[in-house]
Amino acid sequence: MTRFREGDQVCVLALGKGGHVRIPHYIRTQTGEVVEYGGTYLNPEDLAVGNTGGKAVDLYRVAFAQTALWPDEAHAAHDRLIIEIYDHWLAPSKDRSNAS
Amino acid sequence: MPHDHTHEEHEALVIEDEAGNIDAQIIVDALQDVLISKGLLTAHEVTAAIAKLESPGVHLGAKAVVKAWSDPAYKKRLLEDGRAAVQELDIPVTEARIIVVENTSTLHNLITCTLCSCYPRSILGQPPSWYISKAYRARSVREPREVLKEFGLDLPMKVRLDVHDSNADMRYLVLPEPPADLHKRDLSEWEVMISRDHLIGVAREVR
Repeated sequence: MTRFREGDQVCVLALGKGGHVRIPHYIRTQTGEVVEYGGTYLNPEDLAVGNTGGKAVDLYRVAFAQTALWPDEAHAAHDRLIIEIYDHWLAPSKDRSNAS
Repeated sequence: MPHDHTHEEHEALVIEDEAGNIDAQIIVDALQDVLISKGLLTAHEVTAAIAKLESPGVHLGAKAVVKAWSDPAYKKRLLEDGRAAVQELDIPVTEARIIVVENTSTLHNLITCTLCSCYPRSILGQPPSWYISKAYRARSVREPREVLKEFGLDLPMKVRLDVHDSNADMRYLVLPEPPADLHKRDLSEWEVMISRDHLIGVAREVR
């Protein structure tokens, strides 16, 4: 049972972790919509330091409205950015205004 | 955006940093010398490994595209499980998961990796040098329509643009729209007209 399902609104956390993190800064604190569950993977934050015995984590594809990410740029209102986010970087969001 | 079709064969596979340093190459060369002198590795093994890395190419991706254009059941499988469907064509896929995103009359897809150079290498081979450049990695998410214009693609605002950041464990392939006159040519003719740029999404129409 995964924590999120397709269509769920989620917020990307700003965990402030160092090391080999795969969640770029531009997407942190942004609210988006889960479009697909991508399966479980070993956490790259563990793998990068040689820890192959860590727990596998859920990975989701999450879509964001480009107009919300880059308000100063010329994007069409329906344009989206879709990115992979590991479960521990996500929180549920009640904000539906950014639904894409 | 550096982009010149006539020089594709000469694109550098090793990119120096902004200052022109190739420190990593110097370290790799030194390590290789040590491993060879200790008898742990042979120069032949290194050459064979490089050849294996470079042997896949855009033609493998193009094969999957023309099959999807001509076989609706295959297209369905390709969109549901890209890895399994590409493997059906005897292409050994080493990536954990391949996501195939379909261009339609109302949707265009563009692939990038903002963090490094993630790319479906077992299918397409090594990424072009511009794909690895900091300029493409930053601008493909921030101003993708401008980037597409520089590649010669002026995407109408009514066509939605989905940019896929290949930042973690999945890898992506764009399935271009079939040309309107698909039946007028042999599939093998179309296959050679499908470029790497179509499969990344910096080109749209196959013609």
